[in-house]
Amino acid sequence: MSIDPLEGIDAPEAVALLEMMLRIRRFEEHCVELYSAAKIRGFLHLYVGEEAVAAGIAAHLRPDDAVVATYRDHGHAIAKGVGMRAVMAEMFAKVTGCSRGRGGSMHLFDAATRFYGGNAIVGGGLPVAAGLALAEQWNGTDAVAVCCFGEGAVAEGEWHETMNLASLWNLPVLFACENNLYAMGTALARSEAEVDLVAKANSYGMTAWSVDGMDVAAVRAATGRALTSMRAGGGPVFLELRTYRFRAHSMYDPDRYRDKSEIESWKQRDPITHWRALLEERGILGEGAFDEMDRAVEAEVDDAIAFAEESELEPVSELTRWVYSDGSTAVASASAAPVKGGAL
Amino acid sequence: MKLDYRAALRDGLRHALINEPRAFLMGEDVGAYGGCFAVSLGLLEELGENKVRDTPLSESAFVGAGIGAAMGGLRPIVEIMTVNFSLLALDQIMNNAATLLHMSGGQFAVPLVIRMTTGAGRQLAAQHSHSLEGWYAHIPGLRIVAPATVADARGMLWTALADPDPVLIFEHAALFGITDDLPEELEPVDLDRAAVRRPGTDITIVTYGSGLHRSLEAAEVLPGEGISAEVIDLRTLRPLDSDTYLESVARTHRALVVEEGWRTGGIGAEVAAQIGEEAFWDLDAPVGRLATAEVPIPYAQHLEAAALVQADDVVAAVRAVVG
Repeated sequence: MSIDPLEGIDAPEAVALLEMMLRIRRFEEHCVELYSAAKIRGFLHLYVGEEAVAAGIAAHLRPDDAVVATYRDHGHAIAKGVGMRAVMAEMFAKVTGCSRGRGGSMHLFDAATRFYGGNAIVGGGLPVAAGLALAEQWNGTDAVAVCCFGEGAVAEGEWHETMNLASLWNLPVLFACENNLYAMGTALARSEAEVDLVAKANSYGMTAWSVDGMDVAAVRAATGRALTSMRAGGGPVFLELRTYRFRAHSMYDPDRYRDKSEIESWKQRDPITHWRALLEERGILGEGAFDEMDRAVEAEVDDAIAFAEESELEPVSELTRWVYSDGSTAVASASAAPVKGGAL
Repeated sequence: MKLDYRAALRDGLRHALINEPRAFLMGEDVGAYGGCFAVSLGLLEELGENKVRDTPLSESAFVGAGIGAAMGGLRPIVEIMTVNFSLLALDQIMNNAATLLHMSGGQFAVPLVIRMTTGAGRQLAAQHSHSLEGWYAHIPGLRIVAPATVADARGMLWTALADPDPVLIFEHAALFGITDDLPEELEPVDLDRAAVRRPGTDITIVTYGSGLHRSLEAAEVLPGEGISAEVIDLRTLRPLDSDTYLESVARTHRALVVEEGWRTGGIGAEVAAQIGEEAFWDLDAPVGRLATAEVPIPYAQHLEAAALVQADDVVAAVRAVVG
């Protein structure tokens, strides 16, 4: 018996999932061009092929949920609700960027949507996500923290340490492991003695399962199940999202370690192509609807690029601002309540 | 009331946990064991599991969790058993705690306090005898403090907890037995200012931590040679309160820097360089420098003692500077 992929998804949400994936795809495609044109510099890691993961997870996230991502973070930021203008301006190193041009592609931050970066040290975001979850647990909310990371992080000590701590303390953190099969250029089996990631997570007493990360409905359903449990105090969940990046690791990567045939076979599973076809087949997406959506998305990306182009650079006079807090720190979470002082 | 350094640390910690509702302590053996140095002894029983949390031996995870919890609105006090183990959490301290506010364009402050013991002098050999506070002081974004007195041991934590940015407190393991009379009420410590611990007129000794005690011992005997030494306790290694020691050097015209870290690239080198840059025309002699011998600290007592700065070394160095 096969489950209907549209189970529990109404037409507007089905369309929204497609649109989210398409927004990320088109954004990334433009980034390639802009990188070639030297408008974007530094490292650039693209999410093309993996859009179903961010879109499927974000479908269940609330504004008060926190997200920690990796250096391949454009998709997660856009899916969490960071404006495309602010993300693009960040890549252009402009002061209107979501990190004022200080972080670039790998370090997108946005307090308003609780997007905590953009961590460029593999595994470095994991303990931070556990801490964000601890704060929610402490405050008695049902908000969660989501940590997106690649399967390469599973080899890091920080992964093992965090899995143990999160499980031990029953923290509401979703470990979203995007298994795209290669840690930069090293295939999983070339670096891991045990390649069953679910078994590894299980060994920490954590609920875990694998999901087809090329299927946005599957990611959405799995996330929904995980978050429902987590919001009710069920503790952390590990999801292995089996996915694939269609492009190289970064713009510097000559992609020598993968067969072209392997890449081509994964491209046959393009999450956008498949979801679009399903929606058209079910009549949810009428004739011409996709092209119309695509034109709107292209217009949004074009607008973001124009905004980034026109924006100013941060004045050099601000170089040393915020090495330490200066009282203007615009983060409600860290300074919501005054510290008790005076009478000790 | 008479307190030793350990009891003062405990009093400051207890006070912080009780008076700051968002504060909690986490670290290895802080709960059931009572703290490796018994600083948190009794606090688990008094304040409960939510406020006093034993962690796994996972320095990176619990320091990183402290960073996340701080950004999530809490005021974590993370205890790393000793500075030696903090190296296992260096990614979190350096790549996250120190960078997030600046890199996020001012969006995410990290109001985190990390306490750890530091220092040698107890025959614990190379892996348990590091003094890396000067090394941490290299990192922009962190505040580095080192309580050398009983009053500072009690009061620094409260000031650190009110700081919106990450503060690392280095408690010296060889100072746990020192005692002092303190008022009943906890007095907060000004972390922005160095302290003149002994006024003098002929030379300025700039130091901190264990070096303060070696320097004060030396300053006790120096008047016998007609030398009046002013002893300055930096207290905060980053940001340095250079005004205090530059003002002192302007009066004494001579300076000696004493530290427990290694000499090359140490905090003493920074202080000496600042004096050279800012007070060159005030100086009557080159700035002197004393630091730990550039070796891994050995176990054998005589070798360890030879590696560390002793009061006699300070006396000799002062003589050399004064001429």
